[in-house]
Amino acid sequence: MMQMSSQTAGSRWRDPAMWMAAPAVIFMLTVFVYPFIHGLILSFQPLEGGMLANYIKFFNTENLWMTIGVTLKLALPATLINILIAVPVAYRLRHKTPYQKIATTILVIPITLGTVLIAEGMLTYFGPKGWFAHILQLLHVYEGAIRLTHNYAGVLISLVISGFPFAFLLILSYITGIDPVLPRAAATLGATPFNQFRHVILPLILPGLAMAFCLSFVQAFSVFPSAVLLGSPAGATRVISIAAYEAAFENYDYSMASAVAMIMGAVQLGVVVIVLGLRNLFYRGPVSGGKG
Amino acid sequence: MTHASTTTPMMTSHPIQQPASSSSPKRRTSWASRAWSGLVVGLMTFFLINVALMIASVATNSMATRWLGTWLPSGWTLSWYGSAWQEFQLGDVLQVTLEVVLSVVVLSVLIGVPAAYTLARRDFRGKKLLTGLFLLPLMIPPITYGIPLATLMYELHLAGTLPGVIIANLLPALPFVILVMTPFIEQIDPNLESAAKVFGARTFSMFRYVLMPLLAPGILAASLLVLVRTIAMFELTFLTAGSDTQTLVVALYYSVFAAGVRASQSIDAMAMVYMVVTLIWLLIAMRFVSPTQLVSRVKEQPQH
Repeated sequence: MMQMSSQTAGSRWRDPAMWMAAPAVIFMLTVFVYPFIHGLILSFQPLEGGMLANYIKFFNTENLWMTIGVTLKLALPATLINILIAVPVAYRLRHKTPYQKIATTILVIPITLGTVLIAEGMLTYFGPKGWFAHILQLLHVYEGAIRLTHNYAGVLISLVISGFPFAFLLILSYITGIDPVLPRAAATLGATPFNQFRHVILPLILPGLAMAFCLSFVQAFSVFPSAVLLGSPAGATRVISIAAYEAAFENYDYSMASAVAMIMGAVQLGVVVIVLGLRNLFYRGPVSGGKG
Repeated sequence: MTHASTTTPMMTSHPIQQPASSSSPKRRTSWASRAWSGLVVGLMTFFLINVALMIASVATNSMATRWLGTWLPSGWTLSWYGSAWQEFQLGDVLQVTLEVVLSVVVLSVLIGVPAAYTLARRDFRGKKLLTGLFLLPLMIPPITYGIPLATLMYELHLAGTLPGVIIANLLPALPFVILVMTPFIEQIDPNLESAAKVFGARTFSMFRYVLMPLLAPGILAASLLVLVRTIAMFELTFLTAGSDTQTLVVALYYSVFAAGVRASQSIDAMAMVYMVVTLIWLLIAMRFVSPTQLVSRVKEQPQH
């Protein structure tokens, strides 16, 4: 009783539970918020020119503003492919069986590869004299030269390999979170598996899909190592993080680098806002899934 | 609307009420669904076979004396692993990796779990703002906040030091722990805490004797996931590490970047070491964490 009244009386400052978040808040403020604001201000203090000089330079220099398009052209298809493949696979593995556990583990393994191993592996495997070329020749499918590395395709494939496990895990957790009674009820009423998915599962995971899209997109959007190692970092896969890195550590222009970083964050948040907006457009209803 | 559209096609295809058990499935449907699941399984098999062959070619190359354009290399050797170990000072690199990863795991749990408790158990003004603050680092690319953070660290001479690398890696790890642990704490019955308080337990001993044992599985899961993520965290370490504070991912990247000087076999040997290190931890994590709860945090997110 005493505890209750002391809590409701507004003396929150004496509630120890409220103080337990303090270290985390202080950490976020000093290591995330403060540097971010510092960077934002720094981006408006260019080495030369007026306040907006960095941003004007970015949008007037072709090999800088082009990077936005290049990055989006890689990240959007990669994310879409990952989500579109992950949904049917996760749907198939929704039941809790030993088979699900093994299949899930195998599908998640590519997470451990790391971009460098994927890059090295793709250079060897998809290379002009790699096993992939050998197999295709053996099967007489395609005999010409294979160009899957050092270009756009190479980076896209590596983004799919490294991004798929994550998208799959996210979507699996949404699908398994749906009460199995719901699709079963639909089945009792005669819905085919396709209709169960279309009219029961899909509307319930749609908010989750939007979230999975955003979280997968962050990873694809910040692609850096594979764009350098597997792509053509001067041309078709000159992504925005390469531009940011060059400004910071090759030209030592931290002001410009901060400006590029801010633009990068703005584009990313723009995509997130559009995706979440589309979700609200197509889906109006309780956001929490059919659990419980 | 949606309700009507769900029922209409069923009514037309099933004029007579019919038990939906698999004893009398419709031919066409079962054929279509079998073809569909065949397609899904086939596609995944194709994907996995290619990934497996890709890993196998790295493994083969790392054990090859010479491998140029043939099916198999001309000879086998394990000496690349030894030379990679020496060349890239893998001993030091692994030690740095271990120090960084363990510090990040311990600190993110120590700071994150109490914060998750506050978010799970208390309602207060600005709670949404706080949750948003914790969510933001997961929603924007690491480079976006990594570059300002690295810039500041260079000014403070923190960059290149071990604490600098640990702080940078803690930034995405802490929100991750908070967002995994909050729903986990929410599902623990608050009456247990009230009961402990009725019996006179102070906040600390309530935590120590009541909550900790209940939270242990969640904390274990969260720390394993943070561990796997931190081993793989490239961008932030890359931006803040100096030459003697590189973790395995970053050292690996530099070794490829400076390719030409080094044999590709020894790079591949190092890539295999990296994969095995991560794989071991992932498999341990998968034993304790059901993959379906691996990302339970996102279930909370659409509500913001």
